[in-house]
Amino acid sequence: MQQDIPGTTLFDGDQARKGFALNRMCFSFNSAENRAAFLKDEDGYCRKFGLTEEQRAAVKSRNVLAMIAAGGNVYYLAKLAGIFGLNVQDLGAQQTGTTVEEFKEKLAAAGR
Amino acid sequence: MAKIIGGVATTHVPSIGKAIAEHKQNDPYWKPFFKGFDYVHYWLAREKPDVAVVFSNDHGLNFFLDKMPTFAVGAAAEYKNEDEGWGIPVSRAIAGDPKLSWHIINTLVADEFDITMCQEMLVDHAVTIPMTLMWPGEKWPVKIVPISINTVQHPLPSLKRCLALGRSVGRAIQSYPENLRVMIVGTGGLSHQLDGKRAGFINKEFDQLCMDKLAGEPEFLTRYSIHDWVEESGAQGVEFLNWMAMRGALTGQVREVHRNYHIPISNTAAATVVLENREEAERKAA
Repeated sequence: MQQDIPGTTLFDGDQARKGFALNRMCFSFNSAENRAAFLKDEDGYCRKFGLTEEQRAAVKSRNVLAMIAAGGNVYYLAKLAGIFGLNVQDLGAQQTGTTVEEFKEKLAAAGR
Repeated sequence: MAKIIGGVATTHVPSIGKAIAEHKQNDPYWKPFFKGFDYVHYWLAREKPDVAVVFSNDHGLNFFLDKMPTFAVGAAAEYKNEDEGWGIPVSRAIAGDPKLSWHIINTLVADEFDITMCQEMLVDHAVTIPMTLMWPGEKWPVKIVPISINTVQHPLPSLKRCLALGRSVGRAIQSYPENLRVMIVGTGGLSHQLDGKRAGFINKEFDQLCMDKLAGEPEFLTRYSIHDWVEESGAQGVEFLNWMAMRGALTGQVREVHRNYHIPISNTAAATVVLENREEAERKAA
């Protein structure tokens, strides 16, 4: 058995099965029309994709770690984040419990 | 016969597309990355490729998780880009070379690579951004053959397998009867992680090792499992599989002629490398 990598969830078969409905909903956000439909009626839109309770709560709370725990894949979650104008530094800051400025500083520090 | 002139590997982060659209190439944040393309432009103007075989990974534009091919080869006359949902401008379409695509497909399957064949394929930022970086603001002078490698849904193919895939593509090109100058492109990487409490992970030392080994000793890198790679390079650092396949397709004497490395671009250690390929016959003639 391989050791887990701290702070990392490999998107494997278990995650893919678990997250299918959530990721499928996020996949639909490639379309501007669907992004607008989500904003107009979030509950209805989530229902249409059959999100689990856990997934629905995670989306509602806008909590990325909770969405990953519910099977979300980050490339698909980034499409959801895009609806709120959030980029991957915003996601990074939220997941690591820092401000966006602190997160950016951490990235820059990795180059020094 | 077709000739493999060399390869370009580059990061393909979506925000680069935004920076281009907003003309930010000379901003202090972006300049260290974009200036790394001056040599690439010089090299492409000198080498004049006709076709680019592009190894990249789809991020949920053409493939959803319902059907996820490990390796998929495009065989279309044209490749369109569409809205990817994260606010980068939609790119113009890129011309394909279906005849070369089918030759590559036939060779790969004969070599026992059980690939997926795609007569229609959308290409995402992992193809369009490198194209725009290589040929900014003009008509693209090359046709492409896109080859998609799954780096999203585990299990992923090994580094060894991707190197072998590239080698088979290289053999296909070398046996292609038309006088084409073919370049190989590998996109994505280097180290980065977008998800989890480890988001923001970057490993400069490991990236440098990868680049140091790529031209002369790519086999060295096949000792790492995908699990090792995630640990050393971050969850999305596995995009290096595209670089391995690119390197595999360079079947002659390979040397690095350009390297640019800069941290960070978005959440990523950004890298651009040009490898030159000299085939056996040329070496003898020289």
